[in-house]
Amino acid sequence: MSSSTLTIAMPKGRIFEEAVQLLREAEYILPPEFEDSRKLILEIEEANLRFILAKPMDVPTYVEHGVADVGIAGKDVMLEEKRNVYEVLDLGISRCYLAVAGIPGTELDTVAPKIATKYPNVASSYFRSQGKQVEIIKLNGSIELAPLIGLADRIVDIVSTGRTLKENGLVETEKIIDITSRFIVNPVSYRIKANAVDEMVHRLDKVIEGKEIAR
Amino acid sequence: MTKPLVFEKPLGMRDTLPDLYEIKSKSRSAMEQAVQKWGYRFMQTPTVEYYDTVGEASATLEQQLFKLLDQEGKTLVLRPDMTAPIARVAASTMQGHSQPMRIAYSANVFRAQQQEGGHPAEFEQFGVELIGDGSTSADGEVIALMIETLEHVGLRNFQVAVGHLGYVDVLFKEILGTDERVEKLKRFLYEKNYVGYKQHVKNLPLSSIDQKRLLDFLHLRGENKLEDAEKLITSTRGYEAIEELHALRECLKAFGVNEITTLDLTLVSHMTYYTGVVFEGYAPKLGSPISNGGRYDDLLGKFDNKAKATGFGIDLDYLMEAIQTAETKPFTHCVIFSEKHRKEAYAFVRKLRDQGGMVVAQDIKGIGSLDAYTEQFSNVTYYLGKEEGGEQ
Repeated sequence: MSSSTLTIAMPKGRIFEEAVQLLREAEYILPPEFEDSRKLILEIEEANLRFILAKPMDVPTYVEHGVADVGIAGKDVMLEEKRNVYEVLDLGISRCYLAVAGIPGTELDTVAPKIATKYPNVASSYFRSQGKQVEIIKLNGSIELAPLIGLADRIVDIVSTGRTLKENGLVETEKIIDITSRFIVNPVSYRIKANAVDEMVHRLDKVIEGKEIAR
Repeated sequence: MTKPLVFEKPLGMRDTLPDLYEIKSKSRSAMEQAVQKWGYRFMQTPTVEYYDTVGEASATLEQQLFKLLDQEGKTLVLRPDMTAPIARVAASTMQGHSQPMRIAYSANVFRAQQQEGGHPAEFEQFGVELIGDGSTSADGEVIALMIETLEHVGLRNFQVAVGHLGYVDVLFKEILGTDERVEKLKRFLYEKNYVGYKQHVKNLPLSSIDQKRLLDFLHLRGENKLEDAEKLITSTRGYEAIEELHALRECLKAFGVNEITTLDLTLVSHMTYYTGVVFEGYAPKLGSPISNGGRYDDLLGKFDNKAKATGFGIDLDYLMEAIQTAETKPFTHCVIFSEKHRKEAYAFVRKLRDQGGMVVAQDIKGIGSLDAYTEQFSNVTYYLGKEEGGEQ
């Protein structure tokens, strides 16, 4: 592997396909079996690229430590993890938002309001900014369960279509912030591999701008 | 809370084992020689300082300080860097010394890790401070010396980005008018959030020309950008900053280090600490800068002294990772003796040591497995019974 190879941390799951699509639109030639592979490291020598496939929440960690030069991470993850990386581009993909939700007609407990979430830092700073002290309960998935079963008064989670909330009889009470995926860069790679990074930023930016105009 | 197990250390604390220690101390002395040649003199300061003086003045974030209390209840900190303590000394104890002063240090500093491992909480910093010199030559000198020091320990293929916070402040002030707005926009740069920066600029009530100036600013990184930077400026103070950057470029050329340095005006390494030229050194395959520094003309003011100053610091632990020297084991000789032959053995050992050898003298009684023990030495001599003086 040459020293000019760019290592890209990609988020597995929901964002992955859209991210791959975007890279293809930016004229990066990725093999057709890219999506189906179970490998965690994929090298594309002709393009001088190496992809690593990580949990979305872990993408900024790989980039901060410099084992990946660049990465694609949701703004939700960026807000939660507060990693020391450059957030260079808003890719405009995987649009969704962070919101507070609960059982309709219920109020926050006055003594110890409990909030269940995958995003303890985001939730905590949001309620602080609203002048409320709450107790955070960290969960790793199926957050909607928490209010239904009496674990928490409210949840803070990602909403994309709102279907999961609806099917479980929950309503959104407050919207916190809009979320899209971001192109992030390690601070050292941003300078020492400036050419390769700038090239990628430029090509992605062109695709995004084209979409903006079309929208 | 569980009680720590016997082998555990506080988060971010690391041991330096003999192999690493030797490489580290060798590198340290190479770096010491390099800066001494430029007339810098070493000094030490206490490990513990007052929070209200050095703690407040330091560039380290509050939550990264290790704090403790003294008997009177005053808050103390383990020094988070060496620049603030040296500024304290320069402004007080060494106030009478004629300036410019050239000071060097090599010391352990402490920064608490919040989130997780991966970064040391105690690490050795090596650096210099040039105090009482506000000239561009001084800025050039510390950058050139940093490069020479890194080269002297064998680091190759590294790069140095050079920015100027004076330029950033002036440009933003020209366009935005108030310090408050300048600070708000600058914070996006400091947090490396360019998406937020661009959104913020687009929402500001500015003419499209001024918005473009702020957006173009993000591209002031790389070769030949000084001319572009000049085009964005309209005020006299702005041109002064540009003049300084031109002068610095000439200065770095004179030092012969312009190939290694790149202008990068987007570099904002701290919100308030640095006042002019700032720089960071990067080595391939390391995720964090290996060294950094800059001009901090306001710091000594916090210790009631107006001297201008600049300096650099190198993170010795990162440097060790970057040079990854395939150091061979030092040549060591072991002399194994029995009590009966101790006297001759010691005489032999002394002779070898006088000749400059590294020699271990070991009583045979103290060894468990002879083969396993002798394996680590390059040469073994026995003073035992009949085989005395015989070599293996």
